[in-house]
Amino acid sequence: MAEELLQSQPETENQPLASAAIIQVENLHKTYDLGEIQVHALRGVSLSVNRGEFVAIMGASGSGKSTFMNLAGCLDRPTRGRYLLDGQDVSKLSNRKLAGIRNRKIGFVFQGFNLLARTTALENVELPLVYSGVSHQDRVERAREALRSVGLEGREAHHPAQLSGGQQQRVAVARALVNHPAIILADEPTGNLDSRTSVEIMEVFQRLNGERHITILLVTHEPDIARYAQRVITFRDGKVRRDMLVEDRLDAAREFENLPAMETDDEDEENS
Amino acid sequence: MDFPAVLRVAVRALARNKMRTILTMLGIIIGVGAVICTVAIGEGASHQIQESLRNLGDNLVFVAAGSVNQHGVHMGSSATKTLTAGDATAILQQVPLITRVSPGVMASAQVVYGNQNWFTHIRGVGPSYLEIRHWPIQEGSSFTQHDVDSSADVCLVGLTVVQNLFGDEDPLGKIIRVQNLPFRVVGVLVSKGQSPFGQDEDDTIIMPYTTVQKKIAGISWLNFITTSASSQESIRPAELQIASLIRERHHLRPDEDDDFIIRSPTDLAETQAQSGRIMTLLLASIASVSLLVGGIGIMNIMLVSVTERTREIGVRMAVGATERDVQMQFLSEAFVLSLLGGAVGVLGGVAGSLAVSSMLSWPTRVPIEAIGVAVLFSAGVGIFFGYLPARKAAHLDPIEALRYE
Repeated sequence: MAEELLQSQPETENQPLASAAIIQVENLHKTYDLGEIQVHALRGVSLSVNRGEFVAIMGASGSGKSTFMNLAGCLDRPTRGRYLLDGQDVSKLSNRKLAGIRNRKIGFVFQGFNLLARTTALENVELPLVYSGVSHQDRVERAREALRSVGLEGREAHHPAQLSGGQQQRVAVARALVNHPAIILADEPTGNLDSRTSVEIMEVFQRLNGERHITILLVTHEPDIARYAQRVITFRDGKVRRDMLVEDRLDAAREFENLPAMETDDEDEENS
Repeated sequence: MDFPAVLRVAVRALARNKMRTILTMLGIIIGVGAVICTVAIGEGASHQIQESLRNLGDNLVFVAAGSVNQHGVHMGSSATKTLTAGDATAILQQVPLITRVSPGVMASAQVVYGNQNWFTHIRGVGPSYLEIRHWPIQEGSSFTQHDVDSSADVCLVGLTVVQNLFGDEDPLGKIIRVQNLPFRVVGVLVSKGQSPFGQDEDDTIIMPYTTVQKKIAGISWLNFITTSASSQESIRPAELQIASLIRERHHLRPDEDDDFIIRSPTDLAETQAQSGRIMTLLLASIASVSLLVGGIGIMNIMLVSVTERTREIGVRMAVGATERDVQMQFLSEAFVLSLLGGAVGVLGGVAGSLAVSSMLSWPTRVPIEAIGVAVLFSAGVGIFFGYLPARKAAHLDPIEALRYE
């Protein structure tokens, strides 16, 4: 009871903030205990991301940005500190509850696409819905809709091996979208793509962010890619070193038009 | 995730790698097939024994005149002269568990028809003998109580006798001669084949027991009494009741040995069937070792599969699969794998036992329970050996799993 009071106090305090902030992190610490030595990956990170923001996370390797993303993605729990996701404190939830949060609130896009091999695009997109108990019919409908929104209509039955890198990543974006998450976490989504396809993917993100006001957290180490976001948070030594708005923001749609025409592996460019 | 959905996911995952799936199932297929095959062969043998038991007679209780200890000398069976037709009648009247009784006299004699002759067993019995033995008449009819009362010169012939005496001729109504006395053939017995003890049952002539007593053997006593108990369960109590009844009728003192022997061949054959069953059990347990090996094979492949699909597990966890979901997925893959293997193994086992019975002409019989047990057992093997890999999968750290190359 006492614990509950203690916990609920700051929450009520931040109530007006919580409605605007989809991610609110307070004094987040993460320490890895490697037996002899302890690695302090995060040393007190406090930040908040508002609903509908498009934020890039930057930082050298070892800066703590990956650890932060794992915590933000509810794949791990902080050693200390608090993490409010969509108004809910998720820093001390059980594995089971975290899985539920990941399922409903978070969409992941990875560098290596991480699609299930020998599984159709549609089935890949359906995957989160399978774990939230959506009926087969609704799953198919929503997965089709998600694929349509990333410009992959007609590719539902294709296996990942039959799709180009850009197309595979768009399937992954559709999978992240399909359960209407609060945020999309994209971990180096363009890392395995050529620059042209990278712009293409950024266009998808910008469109989803602009049209649907989906909150996006994008980890990248490429400054060029970070310029597609509205705000860049830079990590260093387990702390936020810089947090600033992007002044000369790039518009991916326009950038794409300016790119020299290339013989790419895609012939369905008109869809995107 | 509900169970059908879990199963669907499992089936799809297995369908994605058909070759590996088939190879993994092979162990279970062979194991179940071997078990089904051995059980089928064993069951077939014991079924055959039971079949010939039924052939022997209806809950047969057999009373033979026999072994009496006279002044320290054991006489062989049929050596006593104390068993009488009166005993037979008394059994029927005073032992309610006995439903049918037939007195019996044995003789062996040269039988002559025309220029043919044949040495055979002659059985003198009552009219209910054929009912007790489940022995129908193929042609003609049996003799009656009236024939017994009048010691009529009639006989029934077995097929072996028919073949040796009559060849292609119709024996019905013909006169055969035994010890120069004429007997008319009134019926031909249906072939009964071999007895469970290897004798040719068709090599016989059956007559009213009074006829054999007076005209062939020249005796006034009986060699045996064939009776039929009301049920399998009443055989044992009926035996005891018959024994005390005959002892009383023969005025035997408590310290005297029986002057008769009671046997029920059912018991004997039951013992044979029992030892057959033990043999089957032994073979089946050897065969089930291969089922165990199959299970270990499943565990092996599932462990490899978990490692191989670490990334997939990571992805599933990232999009919201709980540890339980992942565990259920791998467990149900193992379950489906072994259940399917079990089903194919059953088909293989049935096919194998059919092949055995057609090529080696051994009787085989696949009991339904064995199929059920085999399928259930293989599913159990799958769950048992799938548990460890499934647990391993469920306990993966999603972050590590996603990073796994």
